[in-house]
Amino acid sequence: MVTVPTPDLTALEQRLLELAGAVPDPELPVLTLAELGVLRGLQLTGPGRVEVELTPTYTGCPAIEAMSADIERVLHGQGIPEVEVRTVLAPAWSTDDITAEGRRKLAEFGVAPPRVTGPDGPVPVALGIRCPHCGSTDTTLLSRFSSTACKALRRCEACREPFDHFKEL
Amino acid sequence: MNPTPASTQAPARASVPAAPPGAALALGDDALVLSHRLGEWAGHAPVLEEEVALANIALDLLGQARFLLSLVGDEDELAYLREERAFRNVQLVEQPNGDFAHTIARQLYFSTYQELLYGQLTAGDGPFAPLAAKAVKEVAYHRDHAEHWTLRLGDGTEESHRRMQTALDALWRFTGELFDPLDRLDVDVSALRDGWLALITRTVGQATLTLPTGPQSGAWTAGAGRQGIHTEPFGRMLAEMQHLHRSHPGATW
Repeated sequence: MVTVPTPDLTALEQRLLELAGAVPDPELPVLTLAELGVLRGLQLTGPGRVEVELTPTYTGCPAIEAMSADIERVLHGQGIPEVEVRTVLAPAWSTDDITAEGRRKLAEFGVAPPRVTGPDGPVPVALGIRCPHCGSTDTTLLSRFSSTACKALRRCEACREPFDHFKEL
Repeated sequence: MNPTPASTQAPARASVPAAPPGAALALGDDALVLSHRLGEWAGHAPVLEEEVALANIALDLLGQARFLLSLVGDEDELAYLREERAFRNVQLVEQPNGDFAHTIARQLYFSTYQELLYGQLTAGDGPFAPLAAKAVKEVAYHRDHAEHWTLRLGDGTEESHRRMQTALDALWRFTGELFDPLDRLDVDVSALRDGWLALITRTVGQATLTLPTGPQSGAWTAGAGRQGIHTEPFGRMLAEMQHLHRSHPGATW
């Protein structure tokens, strides 16, 4: 599923965008780049020349370089010799950009998905974070920072399992 | 200084006015130097969770530094090939890690400032707005982390209280420089200073600590980091940060 709002794509651009969007995230390989919401656009700028716009989750996210390389490899494989992946910051990526299917896959993978924050305002504190293992909302924060910049470490008080939570951003 | 952005980054969009290079360099150096200081905790943090937290904060700052320095020139050349006097970071961020309380005090002072600064830069469509809009949310986590530790250490044991107070006092004289206006940077400095002081006063009070009362800059200083005048530990930090790149030009992993 590709949700990039680019209405005027040619059939070839649409096909390449779908292929680029199907590239798995290097750190959370259950998610595709399209599901993560980091692919901003794709344009044929000449014969055999494609420009792709990618946005990072966090400013310093090191995965962006692996994502770029993977996109280049996939598009080269489609006979596109010149692929330029550009990093764009605006509008800033938000965890709200993760698709519904992406959230479902995260939970299935054992990572509590981010809560939807909406256009303005933070997440209501009262809204609990659900344990991806047993479904309990009785969970506590162990550490604000976990295995990657985008995750926090929590523990479920019901099943006692620790788990990663994709922090709202 | 080379006004051309680094070739692969291309962060500035055509419609956005060019960033004032002095301000981009100053803010980029703040982020770069603090990132390196926090990275020095790797392998030494008191608990594993803090090891990960400080490394993650360092990574966010490094990402900001890369964007900001790329507005001025080649990010690697700027980071690895400049002499000490060419760096424009505030002296606060170059201060050694000290004990954990010193690192937290430095984080509290700096991340509170940076969140307010980026909050202001987010408004409008200036050249720093795209980065600020993104980074302000990351920095909010940094500030939150520093506040929680300030509360735990200040309102913890006698020993942790004493150390946290010592750290707040020791770094206080470096905080005045945060509010020196930067050339062509559209920021309301007095609002920044008032907002910063209100937040720091609140957190320090909640932590049962005492707000330092001394001057916010040292009378003895020859100048400030924004003018390229740095404190003695900075030279040693730079030597360590730059030596690999200078010893093996062009080396890659």
